[in-house]
Amino acid sequence: MYFRQSGYYKTNYKSDMALLPLPIGQATAIGYALLFFVILPLAFDEYLLSIVNIAAIAVVGALGLNILLGYTGQISIGHGAFMSVGAYTAANMAKYLDAPFWLTLPAGGLMAALIGVIVGMPSLRVKGLYLAIATLAAQFIIEWILNHTPVISGGIQASIEMPRPEIFGVVLETQAELYFFILPITALAIIATFNLVRSRIGRAFIAIRDQDVAAEIIGINVYRYKLLAFAISSFYAGVTGVLYTYYFGIANYEAFQLPISIDYLAMCIIGGLGSVMGSVYGAVFVTLLPIVIRFFMETVGVFFVDGNYLAQVIAQMRLILFGGLIIVFLVVEPEGLNKLWQNIRNYFRVWPFSY
Amino acid sequence: MSDGANGSAEIALRVENLSKNFGGVKAVGDVSVTVPKGLIYAIIGPNGAGKTTLLNMISGFYAPDQGSIHLGNEDITRLNPANRATKGIARTFQNIALFNGLTVLDNLMMGRHVHMKAGVLASFLYWGKAQREEVEHRRRVEEIIDFLKLSDLRREPTGALAYGLRKRVELGRALAVEPSLLLLDEPMAGMNQEEKEDMVRYVLDVNGEFGTTIVLIEHDMGVIMDISDRIAVLDQGSKIADGTPDEVRNNPQVIEAYLGSGH
Repeated sequence: MYFRQSGYYKTNYKSDMALLPLPIGQATAIGYALLFFVILPLAFDEYLLSIVNIAAIAVVGALGLNILLGYTGQISIGHGAFMSVGAYTAANMAKYLDAPFWLTLPAGGLMAALIGVIVGMPSLRVKGLYLAIATLAAQFIIEWILNHTPVISGGIQASIEMPRPEIFGVVLETQAELYFFILPITALAIIATFNLVRSRIGRAFIAIRDQDVAAEIIGINVYRYKLLAFAISSFYAGVTGVLYTYYFGIANYEAFQLPISIDYLAMCIIGGLGSVMGSVYGAVFVTLLPIVIRFFMETVGVFFVDGNYLAQVIAQMRLILFGGLIIVFLVVEPEGLNKLWQNIRNYFRVWPFSY
Repeated sequence: MSDGANGSAEIALRVENLSKNFGGVKAVGDVSVTVPKGLIYAIIGPNGAGKTTLLNMISGFYAPDQGSIHLGNEDITRLNPANRATKGIARTFQNIALFNGLTVLDNLMMGRHVHMKAGVLASFLYWGKAQREEVEHRRRVEEIIDFLKLSDLRREPTGALAYGLRKRVELGRALAVEPSLLLLDEPMAGMNQEEKEDMVRYVLDVNGEFGTTIVLIEHDMGVIMDISDRIAVLDQGSKIADGTPDEVRNNPQVIEAYLGSGH
């Protein structure tokens, strides 16, 4: 049976440890690649592609936060600020040095990682709630510094205009063009994260999350690895910030304030803590939620709500549903969308039998 | 670990005048212990004698107030636990400390951490050298899985295993570090007779096959007298006796500590 696990015998450790050990997995991966790189760009119009673009950028940030939150077990409420660090780094490089995207992307990530380490050095000496407050402080401090340092943030309303990315002399203007700029980066981030969490470094992160005392005893320097997790996570956040800046054409700290940090925490929790695909599902879900609500209210809601208040109702609905969903997930399925999907898959894998 | 092929190769661990106070309570006072290489060395004593505190100082969780700890010829008194693991010390815990969400296999792979080198970039790529390294260490881990007869539990999350098996997995994780000195904190506590016999067998096999020096704390006197080469007895934070099982058994101070005076 093509989709069953039985009947495939691994004869060496390499194939047993492969990312996609089963033919069904490999076929699915190829299927996804076809769907996202061929079918979607052909089938979707500019508006739909713009939604996919936003979701794809969010995926990168959610992956990064999940490495810290889900895999290492350390919280950060300051990820929005790290994104702004990446954003301003890239914008300044593009403005003053005319730097291309293949320089601004890693530079934005590295600068965010550096700031992440600086924030992490004092913060990671404490745990849990104290760490949450320390990173929250970082969010406000970074925001304040950007807002009050015109040298970095460009002066007028702390914003810098960002030129469109350019590949081989072609300026990427339309959503379809941006799509082929953003999606490969997202795909790369997903694969890299899969690799990280099954390797030595990722295992060390998980060890710290599950049993920090035992992690120390098998030779993992807990503080150093927490700092490393913080740096890697901030790198992803920085790259996310650069992508947002290219996408919106402007770097502005207002796009990276506290609610954004909370959004990303929600993506990880709703998607599934400690799961790569969970980060993807969570990011897509949280990005789509307000869009679906607006669509729903504009088509069905007009029959119940006075048209003059519609915009306000939509904004409030988003917040209410958002908070409600986080509570529902924490109670019903703490392991998030990823676990739900696995449950469904496991059910149908043996269907029509119960096991 | 071949760090002592010459000179004082005979000594695996030397603890000198170690003291530790918690507030005003003396947990360990002026204890000296010398563990020769390749031996099974037991530390016994009544509850609250300071056995676990001593072990915690050797593995690095407590900094001693006074005294020094040498592994072979090297002074490790000031090293943190992680660095001591790289020097070849591994331990198990009285209340098992496994990574419960992970499988037996992953738990043992964790033990290989100090022997692996892949950095951040290599981990992201998981290609070539990093992948070969993973496979190579998987092979080592499989040897330990065979040795401890855990092969059918390889893919089980450790949280779902029975108590005795979890103790065995924890021993496996410590062995994966390939220690020169293995510290076992009550490896047989809470086990039934059969599980105890299994564990004794494994401890003896580790010592016999790999030549690992083992320091263990245990309450089961029958086991201690059977398998230890030497025994140190602690009482109220001080060492009151030290010697072969026979010497310790007949030591009047030991009898008094265990049974009280008047016997």
